[in-house]
Amino acid sequence: MSKAINIVSSRAVPLNIQNVDTDQIIPARFLKATSRAGFGKNLFRDWRYENDDEAQPRADFVLNNPRYSGKVLVAGKNFGCGSSREHAAWAIKDAGFDVVVSSFFADIFRNNALNNFLVPVQVTDEFLDAMFAAIEKDPATEIVVNVEAQTISVPAAGLQSSFDVNNYKKTCLLNGYDDIDYLISIKPAIEAFEQQYK
Amino acid sequence: MAKTLFEKIWDKHVVQNIDGGPSVLYIDRHFIHEVTSPQAFQGIEKRGMKVFRPAQIVATADHNVPTLQQHLPIKDELSRVQVQQLIANCKNHNIELYGLGHPFQGIVHVIGPELGVTQPGMTIVCGDSHTSTHGAFGAIAFGIGTSEVEMVMATQCLMQSKPKLMRINVEGTLNKGVVSKDIILYIIAQISASGATGYFVEYAGSAIRSLSMEGRMTICNMSIEMGARGGMIAPDEITFEYIKGRQFAPGNGQWDAKLAAWKELYSDEGATFDKEINIRAEDIEPMITYGTNPGMGVSVAGNIPGVTDIDEKEKPSFLKSLDYMGLQPGAKIKGKKVDYVFIGSCTNSRIEDLRLVASFVKGKKKAEDVEVWIVPGSKQVEKQAIAEGIDKIFEEAGFQLRQPGCSACLGMNEDKIPAGKYCVSTSNRNFEGRQGPNARTFLVSPLTAAVAAITGEVGDVREFI
Repeated sequence: MSKAINIVSSRAVPLNIQNVDTDQIIPARFLKATSRAGFGKNLFRDWRYENDDEAQPRADFVLNNPRYSGKVLVAGKNFGCGSSREHAAWAIKDAGFDVVVSSFFADIFRNNALNNFLVPVQVTDEFLDAMFAAIEKDPATEIVVNVEAQTISVPAAGLQSSFDVNNYKKTCLLNGYDDIDYLISIKPAIEAFEQQYK
Repeated sequence: MAKTLFEKIWDKHVVQNIDGGPSVLYIDRHFIHEVTSPQAFQGIEKRGMKVFRPAQIVATADHNVPTLQQHLPIKDELSRVQVQQLIANCKNHNIELYGLGHPFQGIVHVIGPELGVTQPGMTIVCGDSHTSTHGAFGAIAFGIGTSEVEMVMATQCLMQSKPKLMRINVEGTLNKGVVSKDIILYIIAQISASGATGYFVEYAGSAIRSLSMEGRMTICNMSIEMGARGGMIAPDEITFEYIKGRQFAPGNGQWDAKLAAWKELYSDEGATFDKEINIRAEDIEPMITYGTNPGMGVSVAGNIPGVTDIDEKEKPSFLKSLDYMGLQPGAKIKGKKVDYVFIGSCTNSRIEDLRLVASFVKGKKKAEDVEVWIVPGSKQVEKQAIAEGIDKIFEEAGFQLRQPGCSACLGMNEDKIPAGKYCVSTSNRNFEGRQGPNARTFLVSPLTAAVAAITGEVGDVREFI
């Protein structure tokens, strides 16, 4: 399966909370796995379930609300702060999301997301508010993210904005390239660097 | 051209700049632990590769380990498997491991500096956001995700975009009862939990210069809690004195050359920062957090902000946070009953922290209904504490001195704070559920934690000294 990602057109799940830290995205007690798979079922575990019990979903949490679904997670400002755990990006991707929209991302989370082909789309506070309003009004609202054009739009609400992603990372997203492939390809240059550096 | 400390180190480590993209940055030291490394080892093995420069990696087991009876097999099966996996991976790839039972074992950000592995001018990474701790030595040190851990294992390099630079100057003399933890909690409360996102921070000024290496590590450690990629402090005589003679410090033959190079590591006069913040040391009081991110802090003598003090847009998050904490807007925080006191973590578990606590509690007893856990940062800290008789002071006070690990800072092992209970903690994060599902955390300095341990409530250390 190609990891490449360009156009995502989907409904969205609105998580209107600021400063969502990676301990909320995936609590530390679920970091004991030694593989990358299966973190999605514990995404937002302690917000999703009462008393850590899957039989007691919290009705007021958005992921448990049948009105909302889709591949786009829309979240409040400063998303992904805290721990460097890449498990947070794995959990979001594993739960079926391809895009996270926020008005601000923590640095390490942004890198982790990009390395997992989960596109972090940063928009202005005003644009984010308008998105929340549109989605909450009509959960069927379609969001369209175009990585190549670097645009995000909500056609039904007449919203459109551009977003930043550096050219190198864009190429990676569009082609399914990993940083590590590039680094391995320049190993002779790294070895030469070591010689002059030491 | 005048350069910042950060630029001097960064420029020296750039292997290649990619047009319109990041730089390929060479990494000198890589610390690994059991939680964020297994998938990285799997990744390189899947490619049929070996670790490229194993001698530049140091491993320890800290996040997941029990802090009682470490000589016995780990009871929790998943934790045991993860720790065993680390042992097997290190063996396969020829990596030095200071695992359970080793005299150098401990929290990764405690052992690196105390062994002299961490040195000025280096680039240092680890799959842990508190890697910024090592910046206290004048190094570029930052946390990375597991895919990046894999990149460093495979190539000793990372793709990094150069961050913006911020300098925070703390000038003046600290008030009585105010220690380095209060400085950083104060800074984060001033600029918020996202106030330094996108930046790498250099801490400077006379109040920073006056701190010991332990104090400086506490400051740099929490840089990530305001969103900064890392924090750093220019090395000086205090730094050099700390490093000299440590296990992996440069030996006699190399010391003079290293020292000469280290002495060039400072921000030149006239070097420019993207942002500069000035703080008066005299304005800083003993601090405590009341909410669920480290930016929600006030003076222990102060009040929680009232609803009217909060920006309209921030109100839902603010109220959600106080609801979780079981606290009221505008209320006093002093006098709040506490259930647990945790003194430990990569922020405050070094020998100086334990000495500070011991100096306050000597001859006193803990409050009856408070449970007090002291978790030293490393085997070496534990050994030193015992050698100095600090263990006896704790024992007489009714504190439990446990064995080294991350422990209740993140509650990955069994050291969890029960739901609804209040824990006064010297760690770095007060996020919901951080210390255990529904646990409530107050972040403080070791001194303020000692007050809570003795009185059973949040108190102002200035009334006791």
